[in-house]
Amino acid sequence: MPKNMSLTSLLNHAFFRDYGMVFVLLLLGVLFSALTIRQQVPTTVGAGDQVAERIFARHGRDAGVLIVTRRTKQNLLFANATQARLEALGCTVLGNVSGAAPDARKAIESLLKQGKRIDAIAADDAAARWTVYDRFPEVGSSKCVIPTAYLWPDFLKVTNLLGVASQTAIYAMIAIGMTMVIITGGIDLSVGSLVALASVSSALVMRDYGGGASASLGMTIMGMLAGMAVCGCAGFFNGCLVAAFRLPSFIVTLGMMMMASGLAFRLSEGRSIPELPTTFFSLGQGKTLGVPNPILLMIVLYVIAHFVMSRMVFGRYLYAIGGNEEAARLSGVPVKRVLLAVYTICGLLAGLGGIVLTSQLSAGDPKFGQMYELEVIAAVVVGGTSLMGGQGKIFGTLIGAFIIAVIKNGMNLTNVDPFNQKIVLGAVLMISVLLDTLKRRVS
Amino acid sequence: MTQLPGQPALLEMRGIRKSFPGVKALRGVDLTLQRGEVLALLGENGAGKSTLIKMLGGAHQPDDGTIRINGNEIEFSSPAVAIRAGIGVIYQEFNLIPELTPWENIFLGREAGIGFVRRRRERQLAADLFQQIGISIPLDVPCRTLSVAQQQVIEIAKSLSQDAQVMVMDEPSATITPQEVARLFAVIRQLKQRGIGIVYISHRLDEIFEIADRVLILRDGERVGESLIGDLTRQKMIEMMVGRDLQHEFPKHHHQPGPVRLSVQGLSRGMAVRDVSFQIRAGEVLGLTGLVGAGRTEVARLIFGADRADAGEIELDGRPLKIRQPGDAMQAGICLLTEDRKSQGLVLGASVRDNFSLPNLRQLSTCGVVNSFKERTVFAKYVDQLNIKIPSQQQLVRNLSGGNQQKVVLAKWLERHAEILIFDEPTRGIDVGARYEIYLLMNELARQGKAILMISSELPEVMGMSDRILVMHEGRITGEISDVSRVTQTQIMELSVASTGC
Repeated sequence: MPKNMSLTSLLNHAFFRDYGMVFVLLLLGVLFSALTIRQQVPTTVGAGDQVAERIFARHGRDAGVLIVTRRTKQNLLFANATQARLEALGCTVLGNVSGAAPDARKAIESLLKQGKRIDAIAADDAAARWTVYDRFPEVGSSKCVIPTAYLWPDFLKVTNLLGVASQTAIYAMIAIGMTMVIITGGIDLSVGSLVALASVSSALVMRDYGGGASASLGMTIMGMLAGMAVCGCAGFFNGCLVAAFRLPSFIVTLGMMMMASGLAFRLSEGRSIPELPTTFFSLGQGKTLGVPNPILLMIVLYVIAHFVMSRMVFGRYLYAIGGNEEAARLSGVPVKRVLLAVYTICGLLAGLGGIVLTSQLSAGDPKFGQMYELEVIAAVVVGGTSLMGGQGKIFGTLIGAFIIAVIKNGMNLTNVDPFNQKIVLGAVLMISVLLDTLKRRVS
Repeated sequence: MTQLPGQPALLEMRGIRKSFPGVKALRGVDLTLQRGEVLALLGENGAGKSTLIKMLGGAHQPDDGTIRINGNEIEFSSPAVAIRAGIGVIYQEFNLIPELTPWENIFLGREAGIGFVRRRRERQLAADLFQQIGISIPLDVPCRTLSVAQQQVIEIAKSLSQDAQVMVMDEPSATITPQEVARLFAVIRQLKQRGIGIVYISHRLDEIFEIADRVLILRDGERVGESLIGDLTRQKMIEMMVGRDLQHEFPKHHHQPGPVRLSVQGLSRGMAVRDVSFQIRAGEVLGLTGLVGAGRTEVARLIFGADRADAGEIELDGRPLKIRQPGDAMQAGICLLTEDRKSQGLVLGASVRDNFSLPNLRQLSTCGVVNSFKERTVFAKYVDQLNIKIPSQQQLVRNLSGGNQQKVVLAKWLERHAEILIFDEPTRGIDVGARYEIYLLMNELARQGKAILMISSELPEVMGMSDRILVMHEGRITGEISDVSRVTQTQIMELSVASTGC
């Protein structure tokens, strides 16, 4: 019994209660890391330096080296890095071939004809497997030097992790507003359509008033503000109907979902709008200090939202309204104003998400954001926010969004069939709600 | 009592123990109940009464101890087992489906026939049951249209239809009018005659003396006394419950009333409140009583701005007030301690401290950011002052006893430093000890020159704590009693049911 007690009290500890999901996320990370461990061949600059130094160590300063790579962007970087490093070390680079096997054959033939001695061939791992080298007795495939492979999970590759995070950032931003709305005991089904509406309206302003690709920075910002403003108004309208007329939020936002989607298709005449200025793309595609901008934006928004929810009066009011609206009203909480504000914030954040998505995908499109509302609600629920209202944590939602993203990414990396992926995600949603309910019952 | 020598008791609980994480709710309690007996279960909130009856209902299982029905040991592993064993528990919150009729509710889950409900047969059975009990209930209307007392009778009938031999009633009189209580007692006497044993829980001692045969008193999960009703005095009972001497049940101090603070003129709203006028002076406790539904709570809600008045003026210290919403009233220095703590007074799923802060957030914050240090220290002061028993300020309000919950509500309004305090049923569902502390607090507030409007259905409380009493009936004030020391309960009751000639 005492042992049992201590376990219960441990599970009841505030940290576990609020952020137990962190461990689920870490566990998933470990799982998918284990499942995706593979031989990794280094690419680009680091690989080039490594190969050059190995050739130098084996053949010394007088080595004559041929560089052979397939024609890809990464291999080009690799080849150039190898050449630069070799030359810096004092070796002779006989040639830098970028292409297919016949190109390599021609290059070797001509070098041999010129009477050059080939000491080593620096190649990427695929080019090293070509059989052309063995046709020349003076060369032979044994002269190929390739970057050494090492074991590392695909999942944990920096490119993969940053990719997951950039895609999740948009869901996660929208989920902030959704968490707030759900904490008041409501729901907002319109966020997906608002993503499309923001995308289309901001793109239209940039194209039609800013001049498309040549739009000035000012007009780009105007376009973004216009997209946000439209969604803010839609959210405000939702809030009015919910707060002043006591309509159920489910129905109000379901209506707004249809209206906003219809409006987005009308405004864009159903077409994608790709005529956008390149400065705008830096929002979704650029990096600051090596971190993609959407991720930075998401982090900033979460820090602010956490502060609002945990330290500010507004946050307290949201929890109180969700916990017991009548008691909150009788304690002097301006219930209507708070509800109005929270639906507006939710609309604004959905608009922001739509703009970032537009920038990421380089076009405004009325088909963006479909099913986002469900994905976002799932993130909020997996993050431990109760649909009954009154309970939930902002960082829980962030974790929830990442749990879903990691599961999706992990299943992609392990080649799970897309249909099965849907089944798994549905089950995850149910299990997380079930766990949450059981946890509540224990405490 | 139909107890024969050698025959086992109807219900016998021996050495019942139960622990919850951090709490020993019951520490070896014995209870016996004979056929046709009414056993009153008394104790402060948190004494273990609820845990004990939840075990009888099969909602909790004891850690240790035995329960025997007619001498047979039974393991109460689920509510279904309890019902089969012949135990009917009537909880404070009824388990009726509001949209179904009384007879549909009675047979819910036990419909005869496969798929199809044998409507006529069941309806007849229900009618028979009500006739046996001796109370007529409309059979074909949805339960939500019936009064609390009528719904209670339906619950009793439901237990009878399940052949209950033991009936447990958890504060059945808490939410019904005195007449309805009288009718309930008639039903209970009727059940006694049929040999049914009854466990009766109530905080109202008058009722215990009227209906109970025997009293079992619990304190801190232990049995502190058991006795026939005739061998006990009221004073003795209270002392056993709280475990110490209380000087008086109502420690009223009369203060010399000062100038008029709150003045209400011609307050009206629909049929609920009709032309209500009164004044409260500084240092005065004005008792407002009447039957449930007489419009007392509605008056309080109008003054506080929870509802909008059709007509009427409210003045505070001679200044007219415009009150459109609770925020306006709070700004003016009026607060309302609502009748229903759980649905109107508290956010149950939030922490004690969050509840305390809710109406005070503006004072506890700068530029919208809550100063949590100030919040903690201010609340700690009240925890100390009001003797609120909580393990931490983060404790959820839901897990507190009624008395502690009420103290949290009091704390949140005291921090508002309100000048006019409206207390709607301040001691409902609260144990004797906490009740006493609330009375002392009312004295202190009156001494500070605040004006208190105390709404209560309990006549002893109204008579014991008020300086002046108003009685309401059907939305109107039907009487004012200035000399509280001379009035009798009967006189107040007469005013409560008075026909006002319209």
